[in-house]
Amino acid sequence: MADAIVAPPRIVGDPSIGRRKNTGRSALGLRLIATLYVAVLVLLPVVLIIWRTFKPGLSEFFDALSQTETTHAFELTAIVAGSAVVLNTIFGIGVALLLARYRFPGRGLLSAFIDLPVSISPIVVGLALILVYGHGGWLGGTVATIGISVIGSIPGMVLATVFVSLPLVARAVIPVLENEGTEQEQAAQSLGANALSRFVRITLPTIRTAAAYGVVLSFARCLGEYGAVLVVSGNFEGQTETATLRIDNLYELDLNADAAYAVTFVLVAVAVAAIVLISFIRRRQERAS
Amino acid sequence: MGIEVRGVGKRFGDFVALEGVDLSVRSGELTALLGPSGGGKSTLLRIIAGLESPDVGQVEIEGVDSTKLAPQHRDVGFVFQHYAVFKHLSVYRNVAFGLEIRKRGKDEIRRRVMELLDLVHLSQFADRLPSQLSGGQRQRMALARALAVEPKVLLLDEPFGALDAQVRKELRNWLRRLHDEMHVTTLFVTHDQEEALEVSDELVVINQGRIEQIGSPERLYDHPANEFVMGFLGPVTRLGDRLVRPHDIEVFLDAAAGTVEAKVTRLQRIGFEVRAELDAGTSEPWVQLNRGQAEALGLEVGETVWLRPARDASMLEVAS
Repeated sequence: MADAIVAPPRIVGDPSIGRRKNTGRSALGLRLIATLYVAVLVLLPVVLIIWRTFKPGLSEFFDALSQTETTHAFELTAIVAGSAVVLNTIFGIGVALLLARYRFPGRGLLSAFIDLPVSISPIVVGLALILVYGHGGWLGGTVATIGISVIGSIPGMVLATVFVSLPLVARAVIPVLENEGTEQEQAAQSLGANALSRFVRITLPTIRTAAAYGVVLSFARCLGEYGAVLVVSGNFEGQTETATLRIDNLYELDLNADAAYAVTFVLVAVAVAAIVLISFIRRRQERAS
Repeated sequence: MGIEVRGVGKRFGDFVALEGVDLSVRSGELTALLGPSGGGKSTLLRIIAGLESPDVGQVEIEGVDSTKLAPQHRDVGFVFQHYAVFKHLSVYRNVAFGLEIRKRGKDEIRRRVMELLDLVHLSQFADRLPSQLSGGQRQRMALARALAVEPKVLLLDEPFGALDAQVRKELRNWLRRLHDEMHVTTLFVTHDQEEALEVSDELVVINQGRIEQIGSPERLYDHPANEFVMGFLGPVTRLGDRLVRPHDIEVFLDAAAGTVEAKVTRLQRIGFEVRAELDAGTSEPWVQLNRGQAEALGLEVGETVWLRPARDASMLEVAS
């Protein structure tokens, strides 16, 4: 669901530059086509989901959501997506600092590699993780001896989710760091600030909106992850079943379409909330710059 | 000594930014580092601040060997060309930054910050964000921020370079007066010779990573050590085989002792100044006169006149 929103935030530049006044017949035609296209592809399905969700009635909707397996699926999604976002934020800010501030051999390669996960199919990611951590996998034996099970349990699902949303925070933060340069940090340093207080007092406040944008984007992406998690989780009902897996299981296995749509609706609602939040952050960012 | 630099050298790849630089800056003085862009003056300033490290050589600040000291332990105030304001902090918090880092008491910070904002005429803007200030105001705030921690030395890197001409003139006068009140050892980088001549007690001319000459502005203007210094500090023209300032050439209507004959080829009036271009056979000097002088001589294009350097003119032999 959130796979589509991967465009980096606009941080620099005057938004009015390159924007033509939308008069004239060709502009009108383009607007009509664009609106129609979006309406048919996006708006119609979303509206239909809402309509389909509430067709059986409100009490059925709430009943479907209060099933033990369903609440468990939501909890699991929150845990997996939450941990993945925390890891992505720490890694993302670290890598962004590395790529924006330092020149080192292999920098271009690193930059290309962190983008790889979004372009690889999630199923492939899942299979790759099984090759590494599964039975007889490269690291499978090692993690088993220290008592961690990766495949078929939460650590594997978190790994898969981290993988597919890896660059989102970093890509949001890098342009801001490049744009701001290092003078503020140098000024802070000459005023007596050590590395930690420079990071806390200067760097973090500078990137906070961009990072927030990346975090929301990451979270939306993590919530919607299906393929990679399907492969590594084992998809056990009530154990390793996330909200997206739950939807598929309800629909395909339990033939309970009503309940499937109820869960779907919740995910759609969260995605819409995320988009509203993102546009709010964007506006704040544009005003600040 | 305020700042003592010994044998400092720095390369960026193949580019030699500084080579064998020795420099002493006396305590309490206002010293200008003057030179063309890419000449190494900013690099030298950043090495003194610790923002760059030298490949060779030593830096001493108020008698303390600081070569290996991190910038945050050097007790220097640094002012950047593009202000380097903390965008997310108010003017007050910007100035308070160094004091907060040093964990001073709230009352002390308040007193000191208000005192400094008063000094830089920004008291009424204490609660604003830097983005709400003009360029000149931002740079005054940056200066107050650097002074707040009572640094041993104040380093300014082209502090007025990003400002327009009017504000630049105002601020340089103001910096001079401020320095006369505070007497903090100050080193400032500029590529503007007028600024350097007007503001500084001591002038250091740097070119291609080397120091060309050190001395008072008057001394350097009147007794330049070489062609580069002479040319960088003011206009130069060639009369015979000597370099001389165009306002140091005397013009006669008749031959006199030590004069050479020349023909006026062009006259140009710029405000109160008159520029006469001449053909003196072996050289083509130009002479700077004021309107009164030009009128008294009744100069006209095509006329023959006689030229000689004024008695106390600064001159250099043309390098052969």
